[in-house]
Amino acid sequence: MAFLNDLDKKGRPVTSPIKVDDLWKSFGSQSVLKGLSFEVNPGETFVVIGGSGQGKSVLLKNIMRLMKADRGEVYIQGLPIMDLDQNELYSLRRKMGMVFQEAALFDSMSILDNVAFALRMHTKFPEKELLLQAREKLAMVGLKGVDHKFPSEISGGMKKRVGIARAIALVPEILLYDEPTTGLDPVLSSAIDELILKMQTDLSVTSIVITHDMKSALRIADRVLFLFQGGIRFLGAPQELLQSDDPVVSQFVKGETQGPIATL
Amino acid sequence: MLTRFFSWVGRKTLGLLTVSGSIFLTAVTAFVGLVRPAFLWWNLLVQLVRVGADSTPVVLVTAFFTGMVLALQAWIGFQKFNAEGMVGAVVSLSLTRELGPVITGLMVTGRSGSSMAAELGTMRVTEQIDALESLAVSPLVYLVTPRFYAGLIALPLLTVLADFVGIVGGYFVAVDMLGLPSNVYLKGISHYVDLHDFYSGLIKSCVFGAILAIFSCYMGYHARGGAAGVGQSVTKAVVSSSMAILVLDYFLTAWLF
Repeated sequence: MAFLNDLDKKGRPVTSPIKVDDLWKSFGSQSVLKGLSFEVNPGETFVVIGGSGQGKSVLLKNIMRLMKADRGEVYIQGLPIMDLDQNELYSLRRKMGMVFQEAALFDSMSILDNVAFALRMHTKFPEKELLLQAREKLAMVGLKGVDHKFPSEISGGMKKRVGIARAIALVPEILLYDEPTTGLDPVLSSAIDELILKMQTDLSVTSIVITHDMKSALRIADRVLFLFQGGIRFLGAPQELLQSDDPVVSQFVKGETQGPIATL
Repeated sequence: MLTRFFSWVGRKTLGLLTVSGSIFLTAVTAFVGLVRPAFLWWNLLVQLVRVGADSTPVVLVTAFFTGMVLALQAWIGFQKFNAEGMVGAVVSLSLTRELGPVITGLMVTGRSGSSMAAELGTMRVTEQIDALESLAVSPLVYLVTPRFYAGLIALPLLTVLADFVGIVGGYFVAVDMLGLPSNVYLKGISHYVDLHDFYSGLIKSCVFGAILAIFSCYMGYHARGGAAGVGQSVTKAVVSSSMAILVLDYFLTAWLF
């Protein structure tokens, strides 16, 4: 993992792969993000935690520009994603991958076709090579023998793995995970965590992981951001999070019902 | 009170204009999508089968019975004036100019338009459309363009079939059941129907095909809120497409004749 203001191999200053600058987003009268700003270091696994409805997924969708912010900007590798035209946006998105909460696999396609989809759309590989690469990606996430099954025929954990395989098909530089362990049993959650770490090591990707699974967050995070009421309540290393004396952070980390965070 | 009324009218007007503009932009994107990289010819073929081939039995049955009932009604009416010989002309003119394209449009809306809205709506609420975006593939071009062109191509073809089968249905009732001489029925067609009647119906069907595909895709594409939202999008798709077909039919008739 590199740090901002370090020099890269060619002696140029390292720019942030993801920089969120004063991001605001509301739905009607409800403000979800209130001037959020942070930067992610190259190669880092940056975990965003927070309660339900605190705007974690909204933040991720803004970073991918699946949603447009009311105000503010997100810079991906220095490019302002909110201001790009469609061609520029799509060429930037080819360097990014996103794993959706419910996997969002294309249910009309087989597992292999789901993974091969981006390769078919964006590369000129012959069909044989393309399928070989898709099988390689499936093997990377530990899936074999499911090529011709359809999403409705596999388990939730397998769907998440296929979602990761599809997201890494074009070998992205940035990976965004939206609650990758939600709804999985503890063993499968650990397996997905290991996969996220493996992607960081094998592909040197910069990742943002949205989760409210504290165990998972502490296992995979280089840094943790705690999102609370539309702003940053905590930003730092996982160890600092555990030692925080902020009652809000402490209540969330310990999962207690008594404290400043309303439970109803 | 008056202020609230005008504010309501203003909001509704703005909403209507926004939706109209958005539908228009969807149509333009779908139309030019044919030359964009996200358009796949294979997807168009799949949609042609779904919109065209799979709708054929429904269209044939409805057209056949429409022709039959037209012939029966015309026979009952014309009998009073000893003008039974006009049955062939009435059946064929009604079908080629109006009923062929309109019935085909409405049947395909019910069958394929609803399916387009449900499919795209489900893709929207399960984030599959967002997944397409995240993979740098334009969902409008990948999903809507093939459906738009399938509607545009399949509807005229189905209308030709509907015209023909409807006229055959009319022939069956008038000639085989009511005893009108075959040559009288056919002469009525050849004397009163010209190619313009046939072409005007085909122009209408092209418009109806494009309209039903765009409205249905638009409603599905903008579905919100889970299963209930998908259901609402299907209802909106069928109602708005059917209304648009019937309203536009008037204006197209006024323009074409």
